[in-house]
Amino acid sequence: MEIIEQVKEKFKSKIKSVFFHNEKRVYLEIDKEDLIDVVKFIFHDLDARFITASGIDNLKDMEILYHFSLDSDGIVISLRVFIDRDNPCIESITSIVKGALNIEREMYELLGIKFLNHPGLKRFLTDEFPEGFYPLRKDSPGRAEQ
Amino acid sequence: MKKVIVPIGPYHSLFEEPEYFALYCDGERVVDIEWMAGYNHRGIEKLSESKHWDQVTFLIERICGICSTSHPIAYCNAVEDLAKIEIPERAKYIRSIVGELERLHSHLLWVGLAGHFLGYNTVFMWAWKYREPILDIMEMVTGNRNHYAMMKIGGVRRDIENEDIDIIKKILDELKGKLEMLTGAVLDDPVLAARLKGVGVLTKQDIKDYGAVGPVARASGVDIDVRRDNPHAAYNLVEWKVITCQDGDVFSKAVVRLLECFESIKIIEQSLVRLKKIKGDIAIEVRYIPSGEGIGRYEAPRGECYHYVRSDGTSRPVRHKIRAPSYVNIPTFKASCIGETIADVTIILAGVDPCYCCTERAITVYDADTRKKLFDGKDLMKLSQEKTRKIKKQLGFKEK
Repeated sequence: MEIIEQVKEKFKSKIKSVFFHNEKRVYLEIDKEDLIDVVKFIFHDLDARFITASGIDNLKDMEILYHFSLDSDGIVISLRVFIDRDNPCIESITSIVKGALNIEREMYELLGIKFLNHPGLKRFLTDEFPEGFYPLRKDSPGRAEQ
Repeated sequence: MKKVIVPIGPYHSLFEEPEYFALYCDGERVVDIEWMAGYNHRGIEKLSESKHWDQVTFLIERICGICSTSHPIAYCNAVEDLAKIEIPERAKYIRSIVGELERLHSHLLWVGLAGHFLGYNTVFMWAWKYREPILDIMEMVTGNRNHYAMMKIGGVRRDIENEDIDIIKKILDELKGKLEMLTGAVLDDPVLAARLKGVGVLTKQDIKDYGAVGPVARASGVDIDVRRDNPHAAYNLVEWKVITCQDGDVFSKAVVRLLECFESIKIIEQSLVRLKKIKGDIAIEVRYIPSGEGIGRYEAPRGECYHYVRSDGTSRPVRHKIRAPSYVNIPTFKASCIGETIADVTIILAGVDPCYCCTERAITVYDADTRKKLFDGKDLMKLSQEKTRKIKKQLGFKEK
């Protein structure tokens, strides 16, 4: 795919792996230090639309997927970033994408991921939850386990 | 001038879920807006992790009562993307038909309520009356007026019988004439134009910044529609076009929604004709979801529904991320409401079409310093309706 070639050429070794699920779904793995540069390129230069970001707790680490859509081609690019589970923090992308504001707040309170330089990282959905309880973490009790 | 906070919500049914907006006003002008959500947070993503793949379709139908087939279609798309399943042709057409019927009733519901906010109760009565036959079709085809439970991984759960097809066609034919009349009446009305044109404008840049989707984006000239950009169901097998407008105001949003209704009818009609000729199964049997990850999208009436699922090869999803269209559309209020008057904010908030049923109950205006009540919901609605009346007078319409 041409567009993915462009990303690969621009960032070379910074793209740690490329996985084509099919021709419309691409997953790129990057380091968390390179996130801002890659997001800037995809959002501004490739003119992609930011769909959402989803955090996942893998128990051994945390993972965030930033989903971007290239609407004219129908392609979804998902940037995969792994972060440390004991100290989950990552640079916020709100300086580039205004729409990420509430999406990052949601991840902050449901998974406990801290977003650095976020303009208003406070609770958004679960005001009455106890401090330090992150419902989407795998070690927090779910309905099936209770 | 004294600054006041106008809280809208939390239990304010302008929105799909109870949400809270604080409008910071300087006199009549809104200077800032703040959003708090979560009053109806049901933890569906977490619940989904404890259900069987097949049960999840029923769970996520309950996310929203109005677009209750959009989430299942998006979810099925995601799981089918994960497991690389191709659904039978008959199921593709049935998915499109149910999806488009839902769009029709959802858009008509919006038009009616938008009319009500502006003091045009005739529009409200008409639109809701014409919406009723669509719900009748839904009941006939799926067994329910809402929460249709039609979608299933690998196809659909129920077939549409040939005998039903003729009745559906007849109802739609009748509806088309009425819809044309309603569209003409709404779009040619000078008062509505005066009230809605240039109000709550969103530019293309705003849409990109906030990642807004659906009719909100298309009204600002951003030509996106998942049905065309990422074809699934029968959307690439029938003829239709994506409606866009350039102005980005509430009027454009109304135009987009009304004209989309006709496109929906076009899609349904063509699908019904094909459905009569196609024989075969309505679903394939899916026994096992392999490990991996999948992304599914569907253009709900309010915009793109986005589902991400991950499987580890067991009978339940490991992660199921849902992004509903209103989640990215609502933050655009920061761009569209600021600088507008309180009387216009009601319709701007409604312009995005966050589901609503009984608006007025929750709005109350307090003084920012003393917390004394200034107006309640009814007064705000009156403000909006009063403004329409004033415009009517200016344009030389007589009060009836």
